[in-house]
Amino acid sequence: MATITINGQEYPLPDDPRTTLLDFLHQHLKLFGAKKGCDHGQCGACTVVVDNERMNACLLLAFQLEGKSVTTIEGIASEEELHPLQKAFVKCDAFQCGFCTSGQICSGVSMMNELQENNPSTVWFEPNYSEQEDIKERMSGNLCRCGAYANIIDAVNIVRQDKEVS
Amino acid sequence: MPASQYDQVTKIGDATDRIDGPLKVQGKARYAGEFEFDAPTLVGVYVGAARSGGTLTKVNTDKAESQPGVKAVLTYHNAPEQRPFAEPEDAMRFGQSRAVLQDTKIRYAGFPVALVVAETLEQARYAASLITHTVESDGPELLENADEAQVTPASLDGGFEPDATCGNIEQALNNTTRLDMTYHTPNQISAAMEPHTTIAYYDGDILHVHTSVQILASAVTCLANTLKLPEDKIRIKSLFVGGGFGSKLGLHNDAVLACLGAIHLKQPVKVALHRRQVFHSAPHRGFSIQKISLSADNAGHINGISHHSAMPMAQDYAFAEATGAVARITYKADAIESRHRVKVVDSPMIDSVRAPGDAIGSLAFESAIDELALHCKIDPVEFRLNNIAPAHPITGKPFSTHHLAECLKKGAEEFGWANRTKNDNGPVKTGYGVALAMRMNMIVPSAAKVTLDSDGQIAVFTDMTDIGTGTYTILSQVVSDFFNTPANAITINLGDSTSPASCGSGGSFGASSSATSVRNACEKLSRQLCEKMGLARGSHQVAVHDGKVIAGEGDTQQVCTLSDLFKDSGVSELEGHGEVEPGESHDEYEQYSCGAHFAEVTVDTITGEVRIKRQHGVFSAGQILNHKTATSQLQGGMVWGASYALLEDLQRDKHHGGFVNCDLAEYHFAVNRDIGDIKVTFIEEPDYKACKLGSKGIGELGITGAGAAIANAISDAVGIRVREFPITPDKVVNALTKQS
Repeated sequence: MATITINGQEYPLPDDPRTTLLDFLHQHLKLFGAKKGCDHGQCGACTVVVDNERMNACLLLAFQLEGKSVTTIEGIASEEELHPLQKAFVKCDAFQCGFCTSGQICSGVSMMNELQENNPSTVWFEPNYSEQEDIKERMSGNLCRCGAYANIIDAVNIVRQDKEVS
Repeated sequence: MPASQYDQVTKIGDATDRIDGPLKVQGKARYAGEFEFDAPTLVGVYVGAARSGGTLTKVNTDKAESQPGVKAVLTYHNAPEQRPFAEPEDAMRFGQSRAVLQDTKIRYAGFPVALVVAETLEQARYAASLITHTVESDGPELLENADEAQVTPASLDGGFEPDATCGNIEQALNNTTRLDMTYHTPNQISAAMEPHTTIAYYDGDILHVHTSVQILASAVTCLANTLKLPEDKIRIKSLFVGGGFGSKLGLHNDAVLACLGAIHLKQPVKVALHRRQVFHSAPHRGFSIQKISLSADNAGHINGISHHSAMPMAQDYAFAEATGAVARITYKADAIESRHRVKVVDSPMIDSVRAPGDAIGSLAFESAIDELALHCKIDPVEFRLNNIAPAHPITGKPFSTHHLAECLKKGAEEFGWANRTKNDNGPVKTGYGVALAMRMNMIVPSAAKVTLDSDGQIAVFTDMTDIGTGTYTILSQVVSDFFNTPANAITINLGDSTSPASCGSGGSFGASSSATSVRNACEKLSRQLCEKMGLARGSHQVAVHDGKVIAGEGDTQQVCTLSDLFKDSGVSELEGHGEVEPGESHDEYEQYSCGAHFAEVTVDTITGEVRIKRQHGVFSAGQILNHKTATSQLQGGMVWGASYALLEDLQRDKHHGGFVNCDLAEYHFAVNRDIGDIKVTFIEEPDYKACKLGSKGIGELGITGAGAAIANAISDAVGIRVREFPITPDKVVNALTKQS
């Protein structure tokens, strides 16, 4: 039987080949953390981590993901304690309505790995880019209509500086 | 609902974290589309009309009906009967019938013509794609130029009169410094991240509805009117709202369609607008043509201000926004003339988008004021300082408080206006801009209930919503502050229509109105506790903590344990009801929040690209209820201002009467990298004429003026003035080409 692993647990893939990963999470698993903001891969609210890479769950057909391991916001931290970026989001008020937040956090966690691994971004083609500009660029696939962008960057910075978030 | 994570007292004003924050960062906050009833939820997908302003002559659902999983296909032939659209006339627009699938009239492009309900989204979506329909239309009636807008709206949003004048405008404008300018702002849409979504379930007696709406009480009225049900048979919940910005003040097609499906099938039905449908099914802000004439004397004092606004008004939907409000209130002048005209057009609904009137009014007017300052060769900060109105420029009515000049001075100092420098080498030029903000303050009737049980747990009940504004958090602070109770003993219950009816969220009135009603409920509860303790009527305030009620201080202090108090009174909990409505001070004084915006941008003279380096806002909005959430909300408004200046443009399809760019890759709003450093500071002084807590509205203050500061910075950088928003690279390059 074809399966997919989601937050460490194995599930059979859906029968309907039209089912996206996002709709699979919502309709079959009742995991509503990843949000549907556009269903077009344009807003990032459904961002999840697939085998260590951030992806828009609305653009993936579930059946393509046989054997893959997916982490959603529900699995980004342990049951006992929030992920440092989740804590930093609360502290920095990096959200208002909260609808883009799951995607921002999944995206941010994955983005920090990309920085760690020196994966290039488009600003690398500019002569004098700053690290902050680079982080903003990398977080620009996650729209936030409440306009919490500055606080989102603050939250990422706090975690990157490995500051204690109390 | 969330109790605070704080085990301490949180005061009004404290920059506490949001109490719903932990839920939101874990993806555990439940939005409308994420609820389950006992029976499985069916999924509805609707088909929207291909064009506006016509008649549905054919709709073929045969193929759709035979698809696997399809439970029903509703059209005007078989949908449950509803009260005609927009009835009754005397209901407010958010309470009127929003009937769909009732007749063959197509109200606008995208208007529902059929609803497919199936077991899964995939089935419903595919079946819907098989439905064909024909709309016969002579083409939509549209507004093409300002002269066609001849209708004077009965009133404007916010209660403003359509026309207002003082002095002799012709005489005042008859001056060598006269400038005549026509500004254009485009159609814009709220584009909240959560598309409008509803799950409805009719159990034969009660219609249960989870929906995403800013105001619950009028939403109940709307469904009662639409579906011909008694209001007490409808229960709406809206616990978390994924952004509203005006687009969820009322209910829209998702709500009515989900209810129709649920009533027809006696099963839970979910209808979520697809993002593309949001652009037509949810309201948008109409475009505006603002003709502005200004003049000043040699010393830089404004003589005349004339502002004429032309906008579309949607068929059967009487909404018009006061684009001229800022032109009437910000500066003194010998004469002021403000006029609003509309044309009724075949358009999707036109309604409030964040800061109706002022968002686009300030974009144009504060740009025009900058043009006048430059024309007079006076520094734009100094020019504004010289002309700020000390009282209402037209009526002479005093302001309750007014710190506009202080905001401007403080902002100039913090921003470094006097020392701004340009070290531009090469094609990228730096520019600095300033603009002012005036946004009216309102109190809207609101009610709440506060209960206390024998364990010392306090609960607040009101049908108020938290649309990202921080309502859960500030109401918790109001209670914690009043009773000196640790925040984690306080539960805030919002978004349930069975709770006392609140003002809802909108118009920047939510925080002050709902918080005052909660404060009043606390006072009532406190009074009861005093009576139970046998205290004099005069002492109304008690503290509640550590299982005790404490009245007074020092020698006269009286302490009663909650267990004794409840044992003696023989009840399991006590409750206090609080209400608020606008008082005399709202008639006697002009109430405004105000602010000053500063911006630094760079403009690439080769590509026309504008980059925002920094935005700085200084605001006066009375007592700030929570510095953290207030700062965030104002920053968010400033991001909208940046977006309006540079990006947002919902383009009409003049053939179909709808819009062309209906997704988030084509309708641009600011992304993270579009925004530079952003800073907010306050001039804080409680305004007790505004409300008991001294707070005023902030939700729409941040956007007002923010875009104009950027437009003015662009002008400062490269000496061009683009009067057609948004200022996109193509327009910059064209203007630079003309200039050279």
